[in-house]
Amino acid sequence: MIASLARLPARVLLATALLGLALATAPLVVDGYILSVILIALYFAYVGQAWNIVMGYAGQLSLGHALYVGLGAYMAAALYIHAGIPPILGVFPAVAGAALAAAIIGALAFRFRIGGVYFALLTIAFAEFTRILFMHIDWLGATEGLFLPVENRTTNDLLNLRGSPTMFYYVLLSLVVASVALAYYLRESRLGFFLRAVREDEDAAEASGINIFRVKMIAVVLSGAMTSVGGVILAFYYNNLFPSDVFGMHRSIEIILAPIVGGLGTLFGPLIGAFALGILGEGLTAVLEASGTSTAGIKQLVYAAMLIVIIKFLPGGLWPSIARLIRLDRGGER
Amino acid sequence: MTWELAANVVTGGLLIGLVYALMALGLSVIFGVTRIVNFAHGEMTVLAMFAAVILFRQFGLDPILMSPIVAAGLFALGYGLQRYLVAPFVTRPEHEQFILLLAVAFALTNGMLIVFGPEAQGILTDYSFDSYEIGPLIVDKTKAIAGLISLVVAALLLGFFRYSATGRAIRACADNLIGAGVVGLNVPYLYALTFAIGAATVGVAGCLLSIIMDATPVLGPELTLLAFIIVIVGGLGSMTGALLGGVLIGVSEALAGLLFTPSLKSMLSFGLLILVLVVRPQGLFGKSGAR
Amino acid sequence: MTDFRTDNNGKTRGSRALPVSRRGFTLGAAATAAVLGAPGILKGARAATPLKIGCLAPLTGFFAREGQNCKRGFDIAPALLSDMGHTVEIMMADTESNPDKARTAAEKLVNEGAQVLIGTFVSGETAAVAQVAEQRGIPHIINVAAAPQITEQGYKYVFRNFTTGPMLVINGLGLIKQLMQKVGATPKGAVFMHVNDTFGTAMSKGIEALYGRMEMPFPILETIAYDPKAKDLSVEVAKAKASGADIVFPVSHGADAILLIREMVKQRFEPAGIMTPGSPGTYEAQFYKALDKYSEFVMANVPWIDPSTDMSKAFTAAFDKTFKGELMELNAGFSFEAVLIAADAHARAGSADPGALADAIRATDIAEHVMIGGPIQFDEKGQNVNIKSATLQNLDRMPTVVMPAESAQHEPVYPMPGWRDAARK
Repeated sequence: MIASLARLPARVLLATALLGLALATAPLVVDGYILSVILIALYFAYVGQAWNIVMGYAGQLSLGHALYVGLGAYMAAALYIHAGIPPILGVFPAVAGAALAAAIIGALAFRFRIGGVYFALLTIAFAEFTRILFMHIDWLGATEGLFLPVENRTTNDLLNLRGSPTMFYYVLLSLVVASVALAYYLRESRLGFFLRAVREDEDAAEASGINIFRVKMIAVVLSGAMTSVGGVILAFYYNNLFPSDVFGMHRSIEIILAPIVGGLGTLFGPLIGAFALGILGEGLTAVLEASGTSTAGIKQLVYAAMLIVIIKFLPGGLWPSIARLIRLDRGGER
Repeated sequence: MTWELAANVVTGGLLIGLVYALMALGLSVIFGVTRIVNFAHGEMTVLAMFAAVILFRQFGLDPILMSPIVAAGLFALGYGLQRYLVAPFVTRPEHEQFILLLAVAFALTNGMLIVFGPEAQGILTDYSFDSYEIGPLIVDKTKAIAGLISLVVAALLLGFFRYSATGRAIRACADNLIGAGVVGLNVPYLYALTFAIGAATVGVAGCLLSIIMDATPVLGPELTLLAFIIVIVGGLGSMTGALLGGVLIGVSEALAGLLFTPSLKSMLSFGLLILVLVVRPQGLFGKSGAR
Repeated sequence: MTDFRTDNNGKTRGSRALPVSRRGFTLGAAATAAVLGAPGILKGARAATPLKIGCLAPLTGFFAREGQNCKRGFDIAPALLSDMGHTVEIMMADTESNPDKARTAAEKLVNEGAQVLIGTFVSGETAAVAQVAEQRGIPHIINVAAAPQITEQGYKYVFRNFTTGPMLVINGLGLIKQLMQKVGATPKGAVFMHVNDTFGTAMSKGIEALYGRMEMPFPILETIAYDPKAKDLSVEVAKAKASGADIVFPVSHGADAILLIREMVKQRFEPAGIMTPGSPGTYEAQFYKALDKYSEFVMANVPWIDPSTDMSKAFTAAFDKTFKGELMELNAGFSFEAVLIAADAHARAGSADPGALADAIRATDIAEHVMIGGPIQFDEKGQNVNIKSATLQNLDRMPTVVMPAESAQHEPVYPMPGWRDAARK
């Protein structure tokens, strides 16, 4: 990793260092509003990176990633509320639970060779099934919602994830950095090579001796496990969980937007995409406010139109274009 | 639970299942030929429902009489959508198609919110509250009418694809795209036509739904998901499969509502969807190898 | 009265939540003047600079209808309050029916100078806004949101001028019991049909816990929970009919109430009374438009605009003037009251300092206001426990107060005429 970093041009390293510095010091300089926007963007960058592993690298279109967010969130929150287990410990069963769910879905899908649109619908079905199931589990608050106590908001207690948005900011930033590092490692490893082989041509990959079932399973389980950590953060950031919101189809869609807009299968795509969409959303609100347009729905209409424009003219996402601009494209980026 | 209750509930499920089936048929037709999954399907249905409501308010004519007009409107919309927006995406990866149609769905939902407002809007005809009493059965008149018309329209559609020259040409595209091009069929035109026919079917289904339930802009995603369940269970791309799938989902949800707590009933449908995907991905009534 | 009929195309020509009131409308200005002098409104000095109030509501997405109803209350507040000597500036934000957006929007409003936050109708979003308020030390007044947990989570800056699920149940069942005594009826039993969402479950839990303790004169024979996204409620109604109940307690979200009644008519289920113990759905414009004569005589036991106070007369007049043809309902009323509470606290505090405002809100004691109930006061958890419900009955396509007696506009009609009865027109 260090060796390959040294190969990068100096100005790219400088730009990266500046960006890193900016992200590291952001909470000290920006106001609460900007911080909340960045926080959400970091969250989507993180879960987007997790989704990128299963879709961008392994080529399996999962449209039900809200399932893992929800499982992680509920598991950690329930352990905290009902057993007093702090999230720093609760995150382990949360990850295990989500990994198990991912393993079940993966095993069913890949053993029976369900791919493409069918895989997408299978993941939607599991997420929706779980949503309705959780709407009926009283121990988890059912549709009434699961509420966490909100005491201790002045000091930052990392072990219990009780604290200010600044604390959550650094937690999420660390997760994003870790996820990018993991994705980088994955890409450079043998497994990453296998994943790309499976994505490009499953039959050819199998013919060349790759255990495609195993490779796809690793991608799905890893992705599900990573996503669930995002769910744990979400639960303690918002302090309340509702099945219809956490497991909802709209949540799964939100997760996949950032990596696709940013650049599917790229290292920085999810991050770029999450920030671009955050800026787009808040920018539209500001512009419409400034222009005195108050009709409810206009913003969403423009947002949808922008999505169409992006997907039509930048099918590879924003990152490949940016990479070309700073001459970082190495051909093998996707 | 009495026998009468079960019979009543099953009849209702069967009839509404037929209407759902007609809506899902549009999805199946489009996918069967263009391999595009129309994620804006529910939103297009809601648009048709609103069109029926507005026409009814303006001219006071029955939505069933209006359905050819609404179908024509949706036909034009579907044709334009495929020709100018979706066509370049036919050869693109699935996730790009998904985002495109999702954005279309999102735009439709919010466009309808702006134009029609957030309130639920329904149609009040003189038979809106009627039902037939047949022995112990009480049959909802709107559902009976809508179910029967759904059957007729589905039969017409089936006939079109089986017997007309255009229909056969479209099927040729579906079976062998390269071959269809080689023998000189205008594939882009036929694709647009297919999308238009699928949309027109949705237009009729929307009119029929508008006499049963009220239109709201947020109804779309639910209808999209429902259409998916039906076509997968019946067999994606299979027309008779979609019809039978609709009836199966209608009846099984009704029975589930009767036997368990009704709030759980759509969980059963998703369970069924998972089961079919795993055990028989070509659908319960689809041809094997259609994956 | 005929002026307020719904025509055949389903358009409501006028709105009346208050009695009679062609006369009441012209009295609007006089009423406002009376309010001006009312005690409890103007205790402190008149504020010169306007109080900036950040109002959040889901104007788009799943809860768009309810959010837009809330917005109407916010929209007419500045002019009305200005007549009472308060100057407020409303900063409106859309939460898009999404807690992430609610949180960001709240942060944005605070950044832009909002000194009080109000919102949002959806319990999950409300909790997200509450956290921003708590973090920034800015008072948050909840206009509508019934999840009891919000005021139990331990917030110091959160105030709720709305009833929790259990409070709605106690008020609603109490009124139903009174109604039965008043008309001398002894029903066989009720079927309780509730939507399985946050609100519906809170109500269901409340009924489960309180029904026995309230010593209701008739039992609940069956409870039927249905999917909030249900498109067809025929099975649910068939089950309800088979339960043998002659009273229906619906707890609905909105359009599902229309589906319920339509199915009852079609399935020829003829209950003696349909009365919600405290949910929306049966008193809104869409209900009257979709069901026409079948909407008649359905009852709702909900917090409502008090027809007897001068301030509510002024409020109604302003509402009808601004939103011609729209039907006033409780979301608008509570949203207005939230602004009123903020303005009142501002006047008493004499400053817009958030801490002083929060202290002033804590000491709120507004005797005359818009909604039925005692004075607006908050307990140590920030909950207003003085809100009462009224029994509304749909008469002439209008929600009409039939109980309690002191606010009643009409006598209750029970049992309700059958679906094919000539009394329905």
